[in-house]
Amino acid sequence: MLKHLRRLIGAAIVLGSMLAIPVAQAQETIKIALIAPFSGPVAPQGDAFLKMLKYAMDNVNARGGALGKKFELVTFDDKITPSEALIALKSVTDRNIPFMIQCIGSNVAAAMIEGVAKHNARNPDNRVLYLNCAALATELTEEKCDFWHFRFSGNVTMRVATLVRGLPPEVNSIYLMNQDYLYGQGVAADTKKFLAQYRPDIKIVGEEMVPLQRIRDFSAYITKIKASGAQALITSNWGSDFNLLIKSGVESGLSLKYYTFAAHVNGAPTAMGDGGGDRVVAVLEGHDNMGIELKSAKYNAWIDGFRATDPGFDYPWINFQSMFDMLATAITKVGSTDVLKVALALEGMEVTDLSGKPSIMRKDDHQLLHPFYTALFTKPVKNESEKTGWGWKTVNGLSTADLTFPTVCKMKRPI
Amino acid sequence: MEIVLISLLNGFVYGMLLFMLASGLTLIFSMMGVLNFAHASIYMLGAYAAFDVTRLIGFWAALIVAPVLCGAIGAAIEIYGLRRVHHNGHIAELLFTFGLFFIFERGVQMIWGMLPVPYRVPPLLDFALFRVYGSNFPAYRGFMLLISGGMLLSIWLLLTRTRIGLIIQAALTHPNMVSSLGHNVPRVFTTVFAGGCFLAGLAGVIGGNYQITEPTMASALGPIVFVVVVFGGLGSLMGCFIASIIMGMIQTFSVIIDGSIADLVKGFGVSIPSDNLLGEILNVPGSRVGPLLPYALMILMLLVRPRGLMGNRDT
Repeated sequence: MLKHLRRLIGAAIVLGSMLAIPVAQAQETIKIALIAPFSGPVAPQGDAFLKMLKYAMDNVNARGGALGKKFELVTFDDKITPSEALIALKSVTDRNIPFMIQCIGSNVAAAMIEGVAKHNARNPDNRVLYLNCAALATELTEEKCDFWHFRFSGNVTMRVATLVRGLPPEVNSIYLMNQDYLYGQGVAADTKKFLAQYRPDIKIVGEEMVPLQRIRDFSAYITKIKASGAQALITSNWGSDFNLLIKSGVESGLSLKYYTFAAHVNGAPTAMGDGGGDRVVAVLEGHDNMGIELKSAKYNAWIDGFRATDPGFDYPWINFQSMFDMLATAITKVGSTDVLKVALALEGMEVTDLSGKPSIMRKDDHQLLHPFYTALFTKPVKNESEKTGWGWKTVNGLSTADLTFPTVCKMKRPI
Repeated sequence: MEIVLISLLNGFVYGMLLFMLASGLTLIFSMMGVLNFAHASIYMLGAYAAFDVTRLIGFWAALIVAPVLCGAIGAAIEIYGLRRVHHNGHIAELLFTFGLFFIFERGVQMIWGMLPVPYRVPPLLDFALFRVYGSNFPAYRGFMLLISGGMLLSIWLLLTRTRIGLIIQAALTHPNMVSSLGHNVPRVFTTVFAGGCFLAGLAGVIGGNYQITEPTMASALGPIVFVVVVFGGLGSLMGCFIASIIMGMIQTFSVIIDGSIADLVKGFGVSIPSDNLLGEILNVPGSRVGPLLPYALMILMLLVRPRGLMGNRDT
């Protein structure tokens, strides 16, 4: 209770000092707008993303930033709605901020791609570059691809391919459960496609599309899954749709393996607790024990640095670091923050990510190509997730080359 | 067959949880005319308070302390807040509770953080009560039924068998008359408001670890509780109870229906193509429209019978 009180007082002080900020602006910085949900039901995600992005950015700043200037994040709340995000985009361009990060919600991202494209066409002197760090629907770099949009995170197709090829040979019956919107539908379609391609022996014994964050009790679904006799469940549910699903599954004593896309995301390990142990597999770009597995001093130092800030969650998105590394490199290379020049410099850029593997920004569709892994929620591990005693251990993985799929993107280029 | 039995049990558990929330709300709504938007927030506070008390003392203490705390908060809201805005009419009261909802949500986020907290089922109740066709029925769900059933019985006894219940019932319908007879109607209001919040807090204690204790739990459960209140009818605990169980069952059973309306009529030899808008709607399987059903039912109820299932006044 006392700890909470202290936190409350701390929050009050932070709030008070925030009001006092505009007085002094120490030195000129390169501003990056972050449009994310900071209120409403997805606020926990927005808050966590801010912490993780800031940590990656501070790393680049510690190495000197770019052009002798430090990067600075300016936050805007979009309440995960496209219309609010477009209003935020207007403020971003009004303030001449050259770079904009928006990551949560593929529907918001689709609106942002259009909004940015329109703005840049009309205002060639005040362009903005859209850096997408986690809006995952594959369409965003395929049918909807745009020159001003760069995605620094593996798309749904890459994730599903990793998951399907990581399925152990003894699994032969599967149940699918996804959320009924752009992202979930994409996962469902890709899962069926890759199962047919790589694992024709697996039978899909049932499929659900659940309404987004509406179900409060998943026991009825669990009963249905049980009746279907499935050995494993593939689900892209996230947030409460994932947490409540696992909880119901564990309570009912269902012996099932869960192959997930979101079990490693902040809050999910807490919700799983012991129930998820040795039962849940996640597709991820990195995890807190990967540095130890790879014996990489660089990765370990990076993770330890983040965990030392006591954020209360893991940092799996190592691609965030690649994003800031690439941006700083591009700005340094062209010697300015001119959006067109930076965009051209980003195209085809290759960096080494924290795990020492290549990450390539493909010129054709502006999709970052990088490796993916499947990991099991197990113990003992050195770095436990969210004080549960359990943590992630790599099971399988696909390399950058394995995950390089052809693209249908036909990009309109400004030059 | 086994799916039906298990879903019946789960639907009943969920329905009883809804009832614990809705019973307090319906009493407050029908007596004071205030649609308390912050009611689900009190439920959330109950869960968080239970989480803290469980860590410090234990779950059994939380079962008493957290609801009492919520009741006290409710009383404070009524005395220092609602009573002051009351003379500005119902709109002011509505806006007041609406504002409280946001303050509670933000407050919880600032105190306990944005992520879910590990509020878990006590080890003593963390086992399978019995198995139905190979599926466990967790003992904790049985415990929830026990608590909510006990609560139902005690409110019913309180309202029908005691003097205070008599006054509350009278104040529900004839507040001026009760006041003229020398009863302190504002105090009755405070009691009812605090009582409703006590129940919401109790629901939070047992619902917080049955579901997930997180800052969004109030906004997730809030709307469905309103549906229950409107559907059940004003001033009727029985209607509220029936509506809760119906909503619990709908949410559980709609999930297991794979067929659509189109499949249903196909049985009679009529086939509906899904190439036009109406056809497409009729071809959506039940499991996908299930969560919308309570809201559809509420609209239907308001159109056909505005006073609700067993209400004695128009909403």
